[in-house]
Amino acid sequence: MKPSRLVTVAASSLLLTCLAVSAVLVHFIDQLRPRATIEDVLYLKSSNLKWISLGYTGLMADIYWTRAVQYYGGRHYVDSPHFELLAPLLDITTDLDPKLVVAYEYGATFLAPKPPTGAGLPDHAVELVEKGIRANPDKWRLYYCLGFLHYMERKDYEAAAQAFLRGSQVPNAHPWLRLLAGKMAQKANDTQTARMMWTATYDTSQDESIKENAAQHLIAIQVAEDATGLEKIAALYRTQTGHLPSTFHDMAAANLLPGLPLDPLGQPYVLTAQGTVEVRHPEKFKFLEKGSPKGFVPKMNARN
Amino acid sequence: MNSRIAAIASNTFREAVRDRVLYNLIGFAVLMAGASVLIGQISFDIEKLVVINLGLTVVSLFGVVIAIFIGIGLVSKEIDKRTLYTVLSRPVQRWEFILGKFFGLAGTLAVNAACMAVGVFLSLLYVAHHLERSDSSILVALYFIVLQFVVVTALALLFSSFSSPLLSAVFAFALFVIGSFSADLRGFAAMSKGPAHWLTTGVAYLAPNFSALNIISSVAHGEPVAAQLILVNTAYSLFYTAMVLCGAVLIFERRNLK
Repeated sequence: MKPSRLVTVAASSLLLTCLAVSAVLVHFIDQLRPRATIEDVLYLKSSNLKWISLGYTGLMADIYWTRAVQYYGGRHYVDSPHFELLAPLLDITTDLDPKLVVAYEYGATFLAPKPPTGAGLPDHAVELVEKGIRANPDKWRLYYCLGFLHYMERKDYEAAAQAFLRGSQVPNAHPWLRLLAGKMAQKANDTQTARMMWTATYDTSQDESIKENAAQHLIAIQVAEDATGLEKIAALYRTQTGHLPSTFHDMAAANLLPGLPLDPLGQPYVLTAQGTVEVRHPEKFKFLEKGSPKGFVPKMNARN
Repeated sequence: MNSRIAAIASNTFREAVRDRVLYNLIGFAVLMAGASVLIGQISFDIEKLVVINLGLTVVSLFGVVIAIFIGIGLVSKEIDKRTLYTVLSRPVQRWEFILGKFFGLAGTLAVNAACMAVGVFLSLLYVAHHLERSDSSILVALYFIVLQFVVVTALALLFSSFSSPLLSAVFAFALFVIGSFSADLRGFAAMSKGPAHWLTTGVAYLAPNFSALNIISSVAHGEPVAAQLILVNTAYSLFYTAMVLCGAVLIFERRNLK
């Protein structure tokens, strides 16, 4: 082999070997310092970022919003209860582009729920949405989001009613807002109101994943209502016969049920020996609070 | 435009179009605009926003880089190659040479912007499947970007008329950065007092107002652009460019080319 060819082969082999070794080392470094990369981001504050962006703040905000989504997704994927950087990332995003409504709306739904679903910071979420409303007072979805947070996460029905009412006064606001404001003022803590909230979310959202999420919540509410109703009928059966029914057929034979009751997925409900009602396949439901076997932990979704 | 200016402009255009670096930059810019489709997918609910923000930012920044790196060599290259003497030995005035160079490069950049804009619109069409009426403001943002190129070209030509290419690039880029924050600069000027106030006010009004020409973020949100802003920005860019070109002509007329 000629000396020049030998050098080429040796250098190429060394290059590839070094590339492979450095890739492996990067992998190890990532395992040793999993949060190093994202933490570096916050050495820069939004005021500095505005300068660095040379006025192209829209693009910088998109990058930070993507970072916030990736950070949230990454933490959520490993079921981490720590979301320390989520609020600052969302703050930077919305400082860079105050018109980025999506960052307030969905950022709040990342911040508010308890870990591991979210950061467990409902007050921060409310602050973020209020900031969004100050920058975009004509966006009715932000008022809806605020009311939703007060209702679902803070159980502050008066504040929720106020938020929906403010939103209903915005031009072109969805008619749901006025209805929800009234409902909150009347009777907030019941399944009918919860059904209204999720139906509104389903109807008004453009995003398929949000729609799917709302549909799953509506199914869970349906199961809760069915189970409560069937358990009442089982109790009535016991009053009439002196013992609990062993199957739904017993209840149907006593003319208390028209037939075998089915859950929203089309599967027959299960009647337990204690007279409680459960779904046959709880793993197929995401947000069941009632109707799942005792001790069963429902699978959580990325956004609820 | 007289025929001598047109001839120099057309030669400058041809020379710039033959430059391989130009094609690399345009190719990369179109690639970046296309990549915005992928970047939008790893984010949440901002696909269209990313395409517009990234696409227009890339068009703007790459155009400015092209304007500076080709603009700074417009005069110095002609001096180095000694072709300037051939041109000026004919019945061509120095001011005609400067204007011809300016129109040639500005035309090249306008064509480049149009090519890159096609990339942005194709990406947008891929993501959104259709264009909406509000998307027409993207054309206004592109027009403002072309105005930005016109001003940067004039600045690069001004520095090129008396300085080395390296220093010209530094000066032109520094003015681009200062101009991008001209609104902040006027804010500082308003807050300062005494001689500092007059100094900062002077600098603020002398620096090009690139921040007014950057409407990418608002266009990405579908906000309409006021017709008055289009008119005022056009007038401002033309007057500012004319001012800078006058400076370039004044310097170049007095420059000792021996």
